[in-house]
Formats: sequence, structure tokens, C-alpha cells
Amino acid sequence: MTYTYYPGCSLHATGVAYDKSTKAVFEKLGVGLQELEDWNCCGATSYTSVKKTVAYAISARNLALAEKTGHDVIAPCSACFYVLNKTKTRMTEQPELREQVNASLAEAGLEAKMTVPVRKPLEVLINDIGLDTIASLQTHSISDFRPACYYGCQIVRPYGAIDEDPENPVSMERLFEALGAECVDYPPKVRCCGGMLIATFEEVATQLCEDLVDWAVERGANCIVTVCPLCQANLDLLNLSGNGTRTKIPILYFTQLIGLALGSSPEEVGLEHGLVPVNVEAPRLVAEAGTAPATARGGAA
Amino acid sequence: MKTVADPRSGPPAPGVLTKSEKELRKAFLSETNRIPGGGRVDQCIQCGTCTASCPVSYAMDYTPRQLIAMFRAGGLEELLASRTIWVCASCYQCTTRCPAEIQITDLFYAFRRIAIDRGIFPKRFPSHVFSESFVAQVKKYGRNYETGMLLRYFLRTKPFGLLGWSHAGVALVRRGRIPILPEKIEGIDGLRRIIAKAESFDLPQESAERQKVTDAVGYGAIGGAA
Repeated sequence: MTYTYYPGCSLHATGVAYDKSTKAVFEKLGVGLQELEDWNCCGATSYTSVKKTVAYAISARNLALAEKTGHDVIAPCSACFYVLNKTKTRMTEQPELREQVNASLAEAGLEAKMTVPVRKPLEVLINDIGLDTIASLQTHSISDFRPACYYGCQIVRPYGAIDEDPENPVSMERLFEALGAECVDYPPKVRCCGGMLIATFEEVATQLCEDLVDWAVERGANCIVTVCPLCQANLDLLNLSGNGTRTKIPILYFTQLIGLALGSSPEEVGLEHGLVPVNVEAPRLVAEAGTAPATARGGAA
Repeated sequence: MKTVADPRSGPPAPGVLTKSEKELRKAFLSETNRIPGGGRVDQCIQCGTCTASCPVSYAMDYTPRQLIAMFRAGGLEELLASRTIWVCASCYQCTTRCPAEIQITDLFYAFRRIAIDRGIFPKRFPSHVFSESFVAQVKKYGRNYETGMLLRYFLRTKPFGLLGWSHAGVALVRRGRIPILPEKIEGIDGLRRIIAKAESFDLPQESAERQKVTDAVGYGAIGGAA
């Protein structure tokens, strides 16, 4: 089994731990991930705020390249996942748009036929590989982790939730429970972290993130597990703020936790990139919330 | 905050649109009609599900429900100058819950494009520069170089805001999360040709229309139609 891997820009920068841990998990599972050659930015929500056809065209370049590989695409970043699927949907619905986009792609000798499925790793792990298989490969306990499973927006809306309830997804909980971690009940699991408002309207994004973290802490979580590099970065940056008044809590990618359960080392899943340290004692793993960060403290995040 | 229902804030007389509003409305319809379901904006029952579902409606000058009402009442210029369309974080909760199946998030993108095309922005709220900085990175490298984008955005909008970010920046650099150099794709020339061609589709049908509209409304004078 092999998939075409579309990391997206964030996984080569602030989300580097997501890149490492996704690769580590698939390697442990013996499933191939081939990075899409010469992929470009999906355009996110910013490009479509400026130019419409261009936004679809640059996104479709990736689809055109991916179609040549013949494998399903895995896009871990929620924004990439959503944008690539939106491009597929809109180009299928609108023949005129499809013509224009393909006329643009033709400038580089490409054509997007809209044939390649774009999938999120969470769904692939559950539907293609299966909870039983993953659990059978577990080598390390993660029972000391009490995660708040946080899905955020664009992985469930509007294109992500074909396989589950967009208001109350449970695939992460099922996964971690199969691996022996007890998830806390986390009502705001599909609320928005504010996304790019962290740069354009910081007060609002900070408020949303504070709510998300406080909710998890109140519920007794000792880590928040995310599926999106922007959610991770926004929540993690909050760990730097508050001048010591805020509870610090590790913000993990779900692939980091699975990787630890499957026997990957903390370095292999990129734990050192988080702003709050997670203490891991092999073979038993211990997550500690409320520990002081090793690096900078205070200041606005 | 002015209320939408207040006739003093709306058209010169109830039910009568100004000439510029009429022109804007026409340009807007040509844009929204190209969004699947865009025409459904007329199906809005003003139920408020969008506003209630929106995690950031508390920070908007007009709520999403009010914005739809403004559009239908002919308040397009005011709508384009609202913070609301730029405060939206693209979480799609309103869109997936709307009982009238209006693609609210995508409508907001359409509003943003028209606002950028015409240079109509909310006062002291230059969020559009963020999107433009993003686009500039993609054109240059083929990928979004986050560091370059944020630097460009902050230098253009709130240079002193960078100071507040220095702690976070240092922490992220120490944790190996900020690459020093941008990644440039090999096929950058091809990508630029794709972008140039696609831009030609974004221009004509609007721009033929827009040139006229811009002149009629007088936005050309304020340098909007760049």
C-alpha cells in the first residue's frame, strides 16, 4: 500500500513535528508515503480572498501532478485537505471553471482530471489500515495520556466529514481508546482556533484559543491532540503567554501519540518541537501537564 | 453601531438605491452567480443560525445575518467596508448549518475579492494585506514562506506588532520550527505561467464590466481597480 504525500507548506516549517510523526507512523505500519514531487502551495484561504480562478489553478496543479502517481493523496494539514477537495468539487460542478483551470494548467503541460481522492491521514488510518491492525502493532503504553481530542474546522467542514458526524466526530477518540488512552469529553472539539486571525486580529484568536485550552484543562486533560498545524501552532503559542498565570499543556499532533504507542522514539515523532515538554519514560509513557517550558517565558504569543 | 433597519444609514429614500449601489450590486451578482448556490442568498430567512454558529461574530461590526440583510437592502458599499468580511476565520460552521444552504463563507470570499478590486476597506483594519502578502510569497517561491509572509504583513500594517511576536519567534526558532530560507519549487516558471493565464480569466468578464462600473462609481480615482 502506497500513498502520495502532500505535506503542504506548514509541515515544512512550524508544523515540522506533524511531518516527522506522520512519516514515523506510516513507516511503523509498513505503509508507503511518497512525497508529491515539486508540489506547490495549495493557496489556503488567502489566495481565494484575492483571485478566484488563480486560487483554483494553483491548487489544481497539485491534483494534476498527483494524478500521475496513481495513488490516493494524503494531506495532513486541514487547510490543504479542504482546499484540494474544494478545488475538486468546484471543478467537477462547474464545467466553465474546469475549462479555465485546465487551460491555465496547459501552460505548464498539465491537466487535472479530478480523479484522485484527497484524504486525511486520520481517516486513512481508520478505514484503510484499521483500528485492530494498529492496536496489534502497539508496543508502548500511552495510558498515562488523557487527551482532549481537538478536530478544529476544516478537517470536518465542509468536505471532511463524509465518514462521520461533522458536529461530533469521534474517530480520534476511537483510535486512542483502541490504544489504551482515556480521552476526556471535550465539547468544543470542532470549534475554530481562529486560524490566521492570530496575525490579523490577535485578540480574537487568543480568546478562542484560551477558551479551547481552558475547556481541556477543566475537563482534566493532560494534553490536547490536534490534526492541524495551524491549530497546533495557535494553541501551543498560548503556552508562552500569561506570564506564568496560565496552565501550560502540551499540544500534540495525533500522529505523535500514535507514533509513541507504536514504538517510535520521542525524536522520531518530533516531540522536541513542542513548546511544552512531554516527559516520556520508556516503556511506560508519562505526559505531564503544568510543567514549565524549557525556553522563553512570558511575552505575547 | 448603525442598524441595518435604520433608513438614515441606508439609501437616500427607502427602496431607492443610489446609482453606485446599483452598479456594485450588478458586479456583485455576476460574481456570486458563479458560486454554486450563490444565488441562494435570496433564500435567506434571517434565522440567525449563521450568527449563532459563528465563533467570531462577537468581534464583527455586523453579524453574518446582518450582512446578508444589508446586501438585500442594497447596502453594498457599507458591507464592503465592514470588518466582518475580514474577521471571518473560514471555519465553515455557518455554511454547513445554514438551513437555506447559502454558501456564506464563500460569499465572504467573493466580498473580499470585490473589496480588494475596488480598494474599499474598513478603517484601521488592513487584514487584506495579509492575503496579499500570502499571494506574493506563492508567486515568488511556489510555496508559502511563512516567515517572509508574516514579516511583509507586519511591516506593512503594524511594524511595532512585530515586537510582540519576538518572544514567540525566538521560541519557535529554538524549537526548529522556522526555516531560515524559503523553499522554491523547481517548476516555478511553469507555475507563474499558470498563474498568469488564470489571472486572465479572473480579469476579463469582471474587468470589462468593472472598468465601466469603476468609472461610473468613481472608484478609479481612489486607485481601487489595480
